Amino acid sequence: MQTLDQERTSAPPKQIEDLSLLGEVSHRTAGVSRLEMCIQCGCCGGSCPSEADMDHTPRMLFAMLRAGMRHAALMSNTPWICVSCYHCVVRCPQNVHIADVMYTLKSMAIEAKLYQDSTAPDFSQTFVDMVEEFGRSFELGLATRHYLKHFPLRLPNMAPMGIGMLSKQRMNITPTRIKGIAQLKAVLKRAKEVEAAS
Amino acid sequence: MNKYILYPGCSMESSARAYYDSLKAITDIIGLNLQEIEDWNCCGATEYLGIKLTPAYALISRNLALAAQQADGTRTVVAPCSACYLNLAKADYYMQEQPVLGQHVNEALAAGGLSYKPGSLDIRHLLDVLVYDVGLDTIKSKVVRPLTGLRVAPYLGCMVPRPDYEHRWSDYEYPVELDRLLNALGADVIEFPLKTECCGGHMTQISPDTAFELIRRLVSAADEHQADLMATLCPMCQMNLDAYQSETNKFFHTSYRMPVIFFTQLMGLAFGLEAKDLGFGLELVSARNALAKIGIEHPAEIPTGTARPKKDGSLPMPAPLPRRNMHTEKGKVVK
Ligand code: SF4
Ligand code: SF4
Ligand code: SF4
Ligand code: SF4
Repeated sequence: MQTLDQERTSAPPKQIEDLSLLGEVSHRTAGVSRLEMCIQCGCCGGSCPSEADMDHTPRMLFAMLRAGMRHAALMSNTPWICVSCYHCVVRCPQNVHIADVMYTLKSMAIEAKLYQDSTAPDFSQTFVDMVEEFGRSFELGLATRHYLKHFPLRLPNMAPMGIGMLSKQRMNITPTRIKGIAQLKAVLKRAKEVEAAS
Repeated sequence: MNKYILYPGCSMESSARAYYDSLKAITDIIGLNLQEIEDWNCCGATEYLGIKLTPAYALISRNLALAAQQADGTRTVVAPCSACYLNLAKADYYMQEQPVLGQHVNEALAAGGLSYKPGSLDIRHLLDVLVYDVGLDTIKSKVVRPLTGLRVAPYLGCMVPRPDYEHRWSDYEYPVELDRLLNALGADVIEFPLKTECCGGHMTQISPDTAFELIRRLVSAADEHQADLMATLCPMCQMNLDAYQSETNKFFHTSYRMPVIFFTQLMGLAFGLEAKDLGFGLELVSARNALAKIGIEHPAEIPTGTARPKKDGSLPMPAPLPRRNMHTEKGKVVK
């Protein structure tokens, strides 16, 4: 009978270099992710309100990262379904920064163009474009632009809500711009350069 | 006077104006001096973090840099929005935990002539400051109109009690600070089991059906507990539960009418201020009946009519529906 160790050496993974995937994800996560410390207990999936809609539980996803399954992990809808509720984070016995790892996986999926449905990345990008342009977010422009693009048929249904918010003056019709927008743009430009170089 | 630096966040000026107005109305009463960060920028909510790491943290940290510059004898930044609170707290914490992140962010800030030393500010949520600095005794002593008989469901959402980097709250999943504060106002606070469950966050934009289910759970639970209203401390939660409630009702063929009110509005009422000065009437699901129950007059609905589209090439918005209310131009109420 083969031992586990022999099995592993007799059938090496096809792409050895991908065994660095776990480290790469961990390295790209803010703070000390502790992803390497995951003991596969499953407490995260069991605590997750969105688990039913996920392709993989966080635990499974982290096992896939460890196994170097880059493509499958970046294709998973799990990070996009995560609502950042931090239930798993406070329960994880290993103190893995689960929600932040999800952000990292989103950004890696965007880079690799490996997400299946563009709604969420598009929403984030629209939001970020607005913030980069004005320094402030602008809910009305954001929501309508987004709905027009992704749920045009829903827009008429949402109109009463939009009108309600508008008529109560709870949505700005035009965005405000901060005074230091040039400063902010310079900071973000530099940040992108630093990111590219690191 | 307790002095603090305020990071209001975008929502306070638009969708959560009731939160801002009521906060400003009560600060003098409880001796809270809030100085807004000069020319702050949006913190990027949860959107930028999923795109690029360094720019996301640089965006957040410009605010920290400005706040530290302006600090003048205080080191506490107060955020009333839960997403803003978490972003600021997270940036400050992670730049300490992982110094290289702090270095990268500071390289970026330098391009704008700014810098920030991680750990030099305390980032706290408004509720935390009210309960632990101002104190419940002070708050109680200012109550002239106890909210006796008003059944309130305390709702915190996720991002205030979790992940709680600095261990400021009594519990991650069932903290009692909001309950205690509402109790001090004389309200009848219900044990609300879903108080830190998610309201769906940006899912109302991305996957509305998922969000509607989360909203339905919260609203129906409050209804089952016979709450007159839900008290919240987050602009995003308020917007989801209030503005999307009628869509949720349509989606599930239900008919909930659960008002969702900022806790500062209730503080103002208990301090004897007029409902009209506290942003009441801005909520889409009206709190009129809830207030009537404790003998407080709800202001006439906020006049509508300024919702005119601009001709300046601003972004598209929903086509206006025929209006059938009795209000016309610029805040004039036609009887
Ligand atoms: S709860 Fe933590 S240790 Fe357990 S499986 Fe999830 S990430 Fe791993
Ligand atoms: S943070 Fe994300 S993964 Fe964790 S429990 Fe919440 S939704 Fe699930
Ligand atoms: S989290 Fe929301 S309210 Fe806070 S600054 Fe960002 S967009 Fe504005
Ligand atoms: S409940 Fe949802 S929207 Fe409210 S703070 Fe938590 S994640 Fe954000």
